Amino acid sequence: MSLLSRHAVFERNSILLAVGILVVILIGGVVEIAPLFYLRSTIEKVEGMRPYTPLELVGRDVYVREGCYTCHSQMVRPLRDEVERYGHYSLAAESMYDHPFQWGSKRTGPDLARVGGKYSDEWHVTHLANPRSIVPQSIMPGYGFLAHNEIDAKKIANNMRTLRAVGVPYTDEQIKSAALDLKAQATPDSSDVADLQKRYPRAVARNFDGDAGHVTEMDALVAYLQMLGTLVDFKLYSDKADLR
Amino acid sequence: MAHATARKSMTFGEGGSALVFAVTALLCLVGAARAQDATFAFHAYLSAAASVLAVFMIFSSYSRRPSEPIPAEIDGKPNYNFGPIKFATTAAMFWGIAGFVVGLWAALELAWPALNFDLPWTNFGRIRPLHTSAVIFAFGGNVLLASSLYVVQRTCRVRVAGEIAPWFVVLGYNFFIVIAGTGYLLGVTQSKEYAEPEWYADLWLTIVWVVYLLVFLATLIKRKEPHIFVANWFYLAFIITIAVLHLGNNPALPVSVFGSKSYIAWSGVQDAMFQWWYGHNAVGFFLTSGFLGIMYYFVPKRADRPIYSYRLSIVHFWSLIFLYIWAGPHHLHYTALPDWAQTLGMTFSIMLWMPSWGGMINGLMTLSGAWDKLRTDPVLRMMVVSVAFYGMSTFEGPMMSVKAVNSLSHYTDWTIGHVHSGALGWVGFVSFGAVYCLVPWLWQKKGLYSLKLVNWHFWVSTIGIVLYVSAMWVSGILQGLMWRAYTSLGFLEYSFIETVEAMHPFYVIRALGGLLFVIGSLLMAWNLWMTVKSGEPEAVAARPALQPAE
Repeated sequence: MSLLSRHAVFERNSILLAVGILVVILIGGVVEIAPLFYLRSTIEKVEGMRPYTPLELVGRDVYVREGCYTCHSQMVRPLRDEVERYGHYSLAAESMYDHPFQWGSKRTGPDLARVGGKYSDEWHVTHLANPRSIVPQSIMPGYGFLAHNEIDAKKIANNMRTLRAVGVPYTDEQIKSAALDLKAQATPDSSDVADLQKRYPRAVARNFDGDAGHVTEMDALVAYLQMLGTLVDFKLYSDKADLR
Repeated sequence: MAHATARKSMTFGEGGSALVFAVTALLCLVGAARAQDATFAFHAYLSAAASVLAVFMIFSSYSRRPSEPIPAEIDGKPNYNFGPIKFATTAAMFWGIAGFVVGLWAALELAWPALNFDLPWTNFGRIRPLHTSAVIFAFGGNVLLASSLYVVQRTCRVRVAGEIAPWFVVLGYNFFIVIAGTGYLLGVTQSKEYAEPEWYADLWLTIVWVVYLLVFLATLIKRKEPHIFVANWFYLAFIITIAVLHLGNNPALPVSVFGSKSYIAWSGVQDAMFQWWYGHNAVGFFLTSGFLGIMYYFVPKRADRPIYSYRLSIVHFWSLIFLYIWAGPHHLHYTALPDWAQTLGMTFSIMLWMPSWGGMINGLMTLSGAWDKLRTDPVLRMMVVSVAFYGMSTFEGPMMSVKAVNSLSHYTDWTIGHVHSGALGWVGFVSFGAVYCLVPWLWQKKGLYSLKLVNWHFWVSTIGIVLYVSAMWVSGILQGLMWRAYTSLGFLEYSFIETVEAMHPFYVIRALGGLLFVIGSLLMAWNLWMTVKSGEPEAVAARPALQPAE
C-alpha cells in the first residue's frame, strides 16, 4: 500500500491539502461549463428572439421577485405528454436573454414556458388576484396587490443598461425610449405603439390589467406572461438545421 | 484598575478591526442616505447598526481583558476558545426551530392555500426560499461553524487562530443570514435556487467566508499533531469548495450600487449549468462533505471506537470530492442543456453512489464492538440512523439521476421527498447528535439533562420523517404518472389541475410529518436549555490527554 502511505504528504501539509482539494474539485466544473460558452451547437439559431420590451422586463422582474420559480417551470421537455400539454419543447435560444434563467425545478403549478396567448388578459388578472375564483381546486397564492403597485417608468432604462452590460443586445435607441415604450405598451391607442413594435417585433400593446391610465405591476406581469414562448415561430423552425 | 490599564495597549487586530468597522458604519450610512429602494436603505441601516455594535464589542472586550494577551496554553494544555462555538451552537438551535416552523408553514400553505393570506410577505414564493435558506444555511451553517471550530481545535490540540477573527466569522455569518432572510420577505432575491441572496449579501458572505477559511487553515498550520485528522479534510473541502461555488454562481451587476436589484452575469443555458453546478454541490459540499466531517469526529468519539478503516477514509474523501462536482447536470435532464452535459452528469451521479456508500460503511462499521450502545445511548442512535439515512438518500439520488427515472420524477414531489430524507434524516439527525454531544462539552456539564427526552426526540422525529418522505414518494410518483397518462383514445387523461387536486391528502400528511419534526426540535431545545441551566458540572480535568494519531 505504498500509494496510500504517500498520502501522508497531504496529511502533514495543510497548504498542499488545500491545493489538492482545489485542483480536484475544479476539473469537473471546468469540463462541464467552459464548453457551453464556445460550442456553437449549445444555442440553436432561431428567428424571432429579441430582448424583452421595457414592460415585459418589469413583469419578469416581478416574476423573479415573487419567487414564481418555486412552483412553475419554464422548460418543456421533449416528452410526448409535455409537448402535447404545453407545446413545442423549449429551446436554449428561447432563454438566451434571461438573466437569471427561470427554468425552475418544480411543477406545483403548470409549466409556463408557452403560456403566452393561451388565456385572455382578463383571465390572468382575475386569476392572479384570486386564483380560486377561476380554478376552484388551485393552491396558488393571490397576487392582487400587484394591481396597486404603479410602475415608475423612468427607472427601467437603468435596468436595461445593466442588462446590456451583461450581454443583452439592447440598442441605444431602445434604452433612450424605454419610458415611452413602457407606457405605450399598456396604452393600446397611443401613437407610440407603432414605434414600440418597430423596436420590438411581435410586441403586443394592450391595456393588460383593464385599468386605463395606470401602468401597474399587474400590467407588466400579464404582459410578460402573454409573451412567454411566443417569439419563435415554430412553423419556420427546423430542429434538423442544427445537426452536424 | 488604574495601573492595570497603564501598560495595556490595543493590539493591531483590535485597533484595526475597530477602525474598519467604524469606516464601514459610515459607508453604510452614506448608502442608506442615497438608497434607491426602501429595502436597500433598511439593510444599510441594519449594517450600520451592526458595525457600530462591532466597534462597541471590540472596545468592551478590550476593557475587560487582562493586559497580557490570552495564553494559547494553560498548564501545558491548550486553552481552547469555545466562546464563538457556544454562540454558533445556540444560533443553530434558534435558526433550526425557526426554519422548521417556516417549513411547516410552507407545507400548510400547499395544503390550505388560504394560509398564504395573499400578502407579498407571506406568499409561498417568498416563504419557501426563507425555509430552505434557514434550514440549510442558518441551521446547517451554524452547526458546521460550531462543529468545525470545535473539531479543528481538539484534533490539532491548539487554540483556534485569532481572537477577533473567529468571532467575526460566526457573528458575520449570522448577520448574513439576517440580511438574506429579511431580504426574501421584502422581495429582494435573485431567484436562483439556494443562491437567492442579492449581490451585497453575497459580497458580505464572501468576506466572511474568506476569513473562515483563513482561521481554519491557520489553526491547521499551527497544529500540535503531526497529522491532519480526517474530519478536517472534509471540513476544509467544504470551506474551499463552497467559496468556489459561491463565486462561480453569483457574479452579478447591480443596477445601482445604492439599490438592491442586480442582474446575474450568466444567462439561459449557461446560467442553468452554473446554477446546478452550484446547487448540487451545495448539497455535495455543504450538506455532505461538511457533515461527513461531523460524522468522522462525533461518531467515533461518542461510540468510543476508532474509525473503521483509515484507507477507506482516504479513498472515500478524494473520490467523493472529485465525483460530486460533476453531478450537477442531472438537475437538467431533458432540458435545453446539451445532451453531452446531461449524460456526463448522469454517469458521474451513478458513480457517486460508490464513494457515498464507502463513507456510510466507514461510519456504520465504526460501531463494530459497540453496537450495544445503540440500546442505551439515544444520541449515538440518532447519529447512526442519520448515517443510514445518508446511505438511503445516496442510493436514491443516483437512481433518480438516471434519465429514464428522472423523466418521471423531475418536477414532482419525489424530488422534495428525496431532499428531505437527506435533509431531515441525514443532516438533521447528525446535527442533532453533534449538538447533543457539544452542549455538555462546551458548557462543561457531566451529561445531558435527560436522555429520555433525547429518546422521545428521536422517535417523534423519525416518525415525522417517515410520514414526510413516504407522502412525498407517493404524491410525486402519482403526479408523475398522472401527467403522462393517456386514455385508450390517445388523449391526455388528466388536466393539470386534476393532478394538483390529487396531491391534497399527501400534502396534509407531509405537514403532519413536519409538525412532528418541529415538536422533536422543541423537545431538544428544552433539553439543552435545562442542561446548560441546571446540568451537573463536569469534574475538573475529566478529559484525558489524547494520544497523537499515527
